[in-house]
Amino acid sequence: MSFLKINNLSVDYQMRKETVYAAKNVNIEVNKGEILGLVGESGSGKSTVGNAIINLIDEPGKVSSGSVILGDINIHEDPKNIIKYRGKKIGLIFQDPQTSLNPILTIGEQLIETIQTHLDLSNEEAKNRSINLLKEVGIKDAESRFDNYPHQFSGGMRQRVVISLALCCEPELLIADEPTTALDVSIQSQILDLIKRLTKERNLAAILITHDMGVIAETADRVAVMKSGKLVEIGVTKEILTNPKESYTKSLVSSVPPTNKKISRFVIIEKENKNNKENNLKILNRWTKKEIVKQDLVQVKNLSKSFDDNFFTESSKNSIMAVNDVSFYIKQGETFGLVGESGSGKSTIAKMIVNLFKPSSGDIFFDNICITKIKKNLEMMKFRKQIQMIFQDPYSSLNGRLKVKDIVSEPIKLHNPSISRKDLDNYVFDLLESVELIQNSVDRYPHEFSGGQRQRISIARALATQPRLLVCDEPTSALDVSIQAQILNLLKDLQEQLNLTILFISHDLPVVRQMCDRIGVLKDGKLCEVSNTEKLFLEPQHNYTKELLHLMPKIESIYN
Amino acid sequence: MFQVDNNTLSAWGRIKDSDIYYSFIKSPTAIISSIILFIIFFCSFFVELVTPYNPFDPSSLSLMDAFTPPSWTEEGLAKFILGTDGQGRDMLSTILYGSRISLIVGFSAIIFSLILGVGLGLTAGYFGGKYEMIVMRLTDVQLTVPSILMALLVDGIARGLITREMHDEMAIYVLIFAIGISEWPQFARVSRAATLVEKNKDYVSASTIIGVSNIVIMFKHILPNILRPVLVIGTIGLALAIIAESTLSFLGVGVPPTTPSLGTLIRLGNDFLFSGEWWITFFPAIFLVILAFSINLLGDWMRDTLNPKLNK
Repeated sequence: MSFLKINNLSVDYQMRKETVYAAKNVNIEVNKGEILGLVGESGSGKSTVGNAIINLIDEPGKVSSGSVILGDINIHEDPKNIIKYRGKKIGLIFQDPQTSLNPILTIGEQLIETIQTHLDLSNEEAKNRSINLLKEVGIKDAESRFDNYPHQFSGGMRQRVVISLALCCEPELLIADEPTTALDVSIQSQILDLIKRLTKERNLAAILITHDMGVIAETADRVAVMKSGKLVEIGVTKEILTNPKESYTKSLVSSVPPTNKKISRFVIIEKENKNNKENNLKILNRWTKKEIVKQDLVQVKNLSKSFDDNFFTESSKNSIMAVNDVSFYIKQGETFGLVGESGSGKSTIAKMIVNLFKPSSGDIFFDNICITKIKKNLEMMKFRKQIQMIFQDPYSSLNGRLKVKDIVSEPIKLHNPSISRKDLDNYVFDLLESVELIQNSVDRYPHEFSGGQRQRISIARALATQPRLLVCDEPTSALDVSIQAQILNLLKDLQEQLNLTILFISHDLPVVRQMCDRIGVLKDGKLCEVSNTEKLFLEPQHNYTKELLHLMPKIESIYN
Repeated sequence: MFQVDNNTLSAWGRIKDSDIYYSFIKSPTAIISSIILFIIFFCSFFVELVTPYNPFDPSSLSLMDAFTPPSWTEEGLAKFILGTDGQGRDMLSTILYGSRISLIVGFSAIIFSLILGVGLGLTAGYFGGKYEMIVMRLTDVQLTVPSILMALLVDGIARGLITREMHDEMAIYVLIFAIGISEWPQFARVSRAATLVEKNKDYVSASTIIGVSNIVIMFKHILPNILRPVLVIGTIGLALAIIAESTLSFLGVGVPPTTPSLGTLIRLGNDFLFSGEWWITFFPAIFLVILAFSINLLGDWMRDTLNPKLNK
């Protein structure tokens, strides 16, 4: 007899034009002492299921059928039940530790408030209980940290506080909705270990909702795969990940970048397989051929950037060194990776290379010309043309008020004002074709496209100026794994055919391993180590690199 | 792989399909206020076709008709629905002629302050630095001066600069400038704030990297994206501008009595209020209230609909 039973749960949203099923006939059981991983891409309904258990569905959605049985009580039967259960029998952990704590109350006040809502304890008892809890989740000096405000904790520490809040009334079911997505790798593994340990020690039933197959592989005992509101497959983690039965699970598993080896392309299991492999890209005809010389295209020398946060005086006291004395080079035609956690300065370097920021000191050479010293706009235009960038967030990188046609043609018209109307249209078509978008996309607005398609439009725009260097700043971290695999394949193909040089920036080590020839590891604005990809993964030199590699969640860990 | 094809829909179909249209037909206030506004705008701008009298044609006036009360009272005449004023002019016609002047002044003033405010706010937000500081402190100073006082000041200076005969002709332009100059700071503030948000988005960076010039980035890329909030406060600003016009005309510094606006009519009628001819001031006043109230209601609806935060 399992502890939590979800029977035939359906959640629907009554929209203006139609009813959208966020979850349909979902059956899940969770036992005590086990972690069930709920995995799926965005929009698959995994969070909806989590929220439906505690009846936290936003209007106009509602649980339309099914029951949630906890122990032996149907908790959806009586609305009063659910208020008793929330926070008491069911603990919740949300994604973003920045917003799930109230910033104007100390963590002690928040803990005591939660405890006294559900348990009949005096202030003193509640305080003791909270301090014990904080110790249990690994907060040092719990007595003195008790009166601190949330902003005095780091992201990982704050997530620990959130966990202690979830645990403070001895819940029997723990629901963690993407608990580590907002955290860096090194903190992620600590939090996951904590959840694993607490589940075993306290004999909890836990549901871990995530999109990250690596996290699932390392944490969950059983896994449920969801797609468009339906449960695709459920079973023991090892079984599902190594021997998936459903084709959707297969494609999901195959699009996860492996951490232990380099593959040439991601296998994409799709209904139709495109036959664009043979015919060359049409835009190649327009591409001015550059002879391939094996020399450095980009040289970065002693680059530093500090941000002054003082407006009135330009004193250097308050300045933060975002990038500190960084030097590296990128050879023509290669993919150079920059890896680091948030705040390591990797995006700042990218923005200096594309000349959005001026460096505080140091130089950037492009094709042996120092581009940081160029003052004249006209001269800069020559380089603007050759260096293009792809951004992380596909939703903000396209102007929502312009049609795709106008977005892609803007750079063409700018650098070639005399182009004829017909030629321009053809060029735009060819560019869209090269990123595998259909031609009638031109008259649409960006909001009509999905994240992956928007990223393709971004790439088409970047290719419009025929760049030699493409700076990709986390180009896939906002995308689902299967879309990520498609975009990464596309970038590889384009690089091969157009002989592009790529600077690939990411926090995601497995992705970097698949994409890059050489990798630089950044920490706090300093470059720790630069090395060939395989060498870096097999024989890391720097301690920080070793730590990062050790901590990254590995989908392969399931095989051991 | 692709979503519903919206291109097959006609332009009207697209409008009918949009969320704004949906929220419009779901909101009785929006429908009623826009019907009222449509009637007022139509009657005001095509006033020659709508009204049987031209109150400014002396040959059609008869002092015999002066002080006729509204038609439903005992002494009322059916041909003057809302009665007549001291010179025998039909009140309803006079009000519609007056509202045309009020609307022209209101619209022109708001367009003037929109161009000034958005221009300054957009450039301040985009370029930042010392220029931004100067512009924003200027708006702060401007906001400490009450707008009526500002308008009186402008009018006073204008009277000093131009001759008396010229003044009546120029009055309407002075008024537009006076109201416009006192309302621009709010547009500058809103558009600067919106620009600060937009200019940090990646599409602006992308344009910079492509090599697009600052002017093009500002007007082609950022401006369309900040127009929503600006148009919402612009609508509410329109009501304020019409009221400001009426206030100034009521105080006697607005349009001259020869071409009366709503405010001038209220002022002229005010003299007769205590002698019992209440309708001469009451109807223009109530007309002004309905006009401003409808614009405000429409503006409120627009704010609620176009604000993604309030929109669930």
